[in-house]
Amino acid sequence: MNRTPLLFLNVFIIATCGLIYELLAGTLSSYVLGDSVTQFSLIIGIYLFAMGVGSWLSRFIEKHIAEKFVEIELAVAVLGGFSAPLLFFAFAKLSYFSVVLYGVVFGIGTLVGLEIPLLMRILKDELDFKDLVSRVLAFDYIGALVASLLFPLFLVPKLGLARTSLLFGMLNAAVGIWGTWLLLPLIKKNVNLLRVQGFIIIGLLLIAFIKADYLTSLAEDALFTDNIIYAKSSPYQRIIVTKGKTGYALFLNGNLQFNSFDEYRYHEALVHPAFAALNANPKRILVLGGGDGLALREVLKYPSVESVMLVDLDPEMTRLSKNLPVLAELNKNAFEDSRVSVVNADAFVWLDNTEIAPFDVAIVDFPDPNNFALGKLYTTRFYNLLKAHLKPDSAVAIQTTSPLIARKSYWCIIKTLEAAGFSVKPYQTTVPSFGIWGFALAKLEPFETPKKLSENIERKFLNEQTFVSMFDFSADTSLPKDEEIEINRLDNQSLVRYYEAEWRRFE
Amino acid sequence: MKFTRREILTAFLGLPFALSACKSNSETSSIDGEIVGASANIGHILRENRNVEVPANNWENLKVAIIGGGIAGLSAAWKFTRENFNDFVLLELESAIGGTARSGKNNFIGYPWGAHYLPVPFKENTELISLLDEMNLTEGKSQNGEILIKEQFLCREPEERVFYKGRWYEGLYLRVGASQEDLRQLNELNKQVDFWVNWRDTRGKRAFVLPIANCSNDAEVTDLDKITFADWLKQKGFTSERLIWYCNYACRDDYGLRLEQTSAWAGLFYFCSRVRKSGAESQSFITFPEGNGKFVNFLHNKVKDKTRLKSIAIEIIPNEKGIDITYLNTETNEIRGIHAEKVIFAAPIFTAKYLIRDFKQNTPDFVKEFEHNAWFVANLFLKDRPKNQFAKDFPLAWDNVLYESNSLGYVNATHQKGIDYGQAVFTYYFPMAEKGGRAKLFSLDWQELADIVLSDLSMAHKDIRALTERIDFMRWGHAMISPRRNFIWNGSREKATKPFRNIHFAHSDLSGIALFEEAFFHGLRTVSEILIAEPAGSGR
Repeated sequence: MNRTPLLFLNVFIIATCGLIYELLAGTLSSYVLGDSVTQFSLIIGIYLFAMGVGSWLSRFIEKHIAEKFVEIELAVAVLGGFSAPLLFFAFAKLSYFSVVLYGVVFGIGTLVGLEIPLLMRILKDELDFKDLVSRVLAFDYIGALVASLLFPLFLVPKLGLARTSLLFGMLNAAVGIWGTWLLLPLIKKNVNLLRVQGFIIIGLLLIAFIKADYLTSLAEDALFTDNIIYAKSSPYQRIIVTKGKTGYALFLNGNLQFNSFDEYRYHEALVHPAFAALNANPKRILVLGGGDGLALREVLKYPSVESVMLVDLDPEMTRLSKNLPVLAELNKNAFEDSRVSVVNADAFVWLDNTEIAPFDVAIVDFPDPNNFALGKLYTTRFYNLLKAHLKPDSAVAIQTTSPLIARKSYWCIIKTLEAAGFSVKPYQTTVPSFGIWGFALAKLEPFETPKKLSENIERKFLNEQTFVSMFDFSADTSLPKDEEIEINRLDNQSLVRYYEAEWRRFE
Repeated sequence: MKFTRREILTAFLGLPFALSACKSNSETSSIDGEIVGASANIGHILRENRNVEVPANNWENLKVAIIGGGIAGLSAAWKFTRENFNDFVLLELESAIGGTARSGKNNFIGYPWGAHYLPVPFKENTELISLLDEMNLTEGKSQNGEILIKEQFLCREPEERVFYKGRWYEGLYLRVGASQEDLRQLNELNKQVDFWVNWRDTRGKRAFVLPIANCSNDAEVTDLDKITFADWLKQKGFTSERLIWYCNYACRDDYGLRLEQTSAWAGLFYFCSRVRKSGAESQSFITFPEGNGKFVNFLHNKVKDKTRLKSIAIEIIPNEKGIDITYLNTETNEIRGIHAEKVIFAAPIFTAKYLIRDFKQNTPDFVKEFEHNAWFVANLFLKDRPKNQFAKDFPLAWDNVLYESNSLGYVNATHQKGIDYGQAVFTYYFPMAEKGGRAKLFSLDWQELADIVLSDLSMAHKDIRALTERIDFMRWGHAMISPRRNFIWNGSREKATKPFRNIHFAHSDLSGIALFEEAFFHGLRTVSEILIAEPAGSGR
């Protein structure tokens, strides 16, 4: 049997796999660490250098070249195949992620660098040098082209990063196992042991690939249509950041919090009406929730603002918004602003226990009330606690879920605010990622619906016309006339029940 | 006599439970804790000091001495102060005031050691409402004159959940898997409750209402006391296992008794006395992290200068001039005496035979009718709350009940404060409904008690041992009066409520049911009895 053509097929597969790992590492690191130019540049540099190291090291392999080749294939299968899941895991769990990242890249590069020289040495007896070099390198570069085309067009959109790396790990392992037959005459050692190892590795990769849906991080890969670039479970919630065609998105416990392509609509609508409803210059601002820092970004646009206190439950969330490049870029490094102070506490408990000078504006940006712990943040008790931290003229803006999808929930919050003694102007706007979204503008004294936005503040979405129209409600979002809506209190948590019933229809 | 781990777990948690728990680890070495309060050697002190002499200059003269600083005694003291009568003291044998309503506190939160809620009283209970007003718990009245309690003091939702076969479900009645027949019987029970809620005697009195003194004594109702609640349910054709469980839980929770031990009158009282009118929800619960300790501390603050802690009454001696009380300060070991005109005996009735001289020699028959049951309460200090095992498990509630356990489950102290993350204090309740329960309870050491609690809870919370940093225990040898069959309406309460030679009895025992409202009622009743004879303002 002439095994030469089949060995060239090996070269092709090896080359494809090698470039895939490189692309995976580059993509993943630019997702999570930001600054893709630097990341790709570093990854390619380290990877190529490591390949050089591998090639150089190949000279120290003198005997059992065929066995060594198979073993290296299996090692690449393990390290490369599990690289993406491993790096996701490392990013979520370890603070020295970059060490792991570059270590993995260097490791894969070195092993891949060993492959071609060894193969060439195996083939050297069958071809003359001119043919050998031209064919091996040609297949190598063809493999690279195929990888670079497959990766963005098919692999990332269809399989996601984690399963792409597992799939190519299996290919590497297959090359190794196949090698035990192809190179059988050259193998002196126990060939069965190599095969068993190979099948175990391919089996593990296959299990990981199939069971992907059951493994949390990989399950999320399937759940989210976009790629996960950050995943971490804090004691309070599961935080996921994804990157897709439309931009970056943040999910808390699987619920979308924003998408970077239209979040400005949401956050401008949340923040600017409260400032417009204020008679005096806003100085002291309270932001409850909003750990993504995007409401903060809008608040900080007002030059009169002297201090902003942000109270968010989860230190992991505020840390991430400050440190994850894609988030920090999006919130314009709001957490670096000296006017901002962050308190990590449950806003309910914080309001209850904290005596502090009253605020001019309060922006309330909690996740939707889909559980009791969140439901309490929409009760008369909560709004009464908030009241105690306001001045008579202060303005409050609150995100209040969708008046279209959760109409009763929306109006339950409005009624609850009124029951707590607020004068309320409900308003809504369209945020494509969410649909029709509702807010409440509230003050402690009766007030006219504001018509003019503050001047000289940069806005992408709100202009005078949209601003005025936000306070109009269509027939299908306005207060239901024939249904009685309960006030949300701590001792009934009606809102959580409304919300669950209304959103369940869409599950 | 020492028991093996299996014997102890079997005795407390049942055999199947013990068998599976025994396989689990019994590790408690990383957990701190102690058995607190209720000193067991008080009996000894009483016996040793039977014939003590009070030094002549240790006597004082007072109009009234209140014996016992539980809710009854504290309520009486509070009422005296409100009526501007100040010539009294209150003697409490423990170092902490409050009896079974007392609470503890760490640097994080308060937690109960016993009673932990009060249903919102009906508008007719004006005395109790005046206390709630004074405590600033109320915010006006509804259109029909019922009192409105501030939201933050009403038990926050979710109120209850129940753990059954590995999962947590909402509510106390187990709805999951209930058959048509189960639901029909539940509906039937509600109809029975409705019947008694609507029932009025010829004088217009309700069958079941708080305080019990206002209940009808018509035979149609009081005859219910002659059978057990278990028999009543049987007679009415109730067979649904989950319904029987529900009623049994009610008896264990409120009375520390099983269904077969509880009077049917008391069983129905539980269901009917807190329902305003037919079809209405049961009255909401007023609660605090520290439970009824909130009331204890409020009342105590009002009468602090009148209370003497660690003051154990040794003898109460009625004589021609009034009553002499001898007591021992357990801190200084000093024997003191009070010449009083009246005594409010606000201690459990069974102690009367050890304290009142006449009763020692000739104990009235009714005294032995007052039987008490034992409980233990554990406070578990957790560094974090247990994780639900299934996403669909109903979340941590205020009251968390284990369907398959002999315990009553636990109450979460942080719930009412809106603290939903991080450290927590769970108060775990275990009624010793069986005969000999008291002796068994006092034979156990901390290690053994901790093992019972952790083995029980680990069925629902696999991580409980790792999360628990400390467990403290309170053993209540005489936690509450037992409303067993044929006690409440057999005449004993009536006899015990009558003053004996200027000694006025005030204790929830006299109602046959250990509830805050009853203790409060009797405390105030004795004050009016005394103040009618001794008009307010005449005190020094």
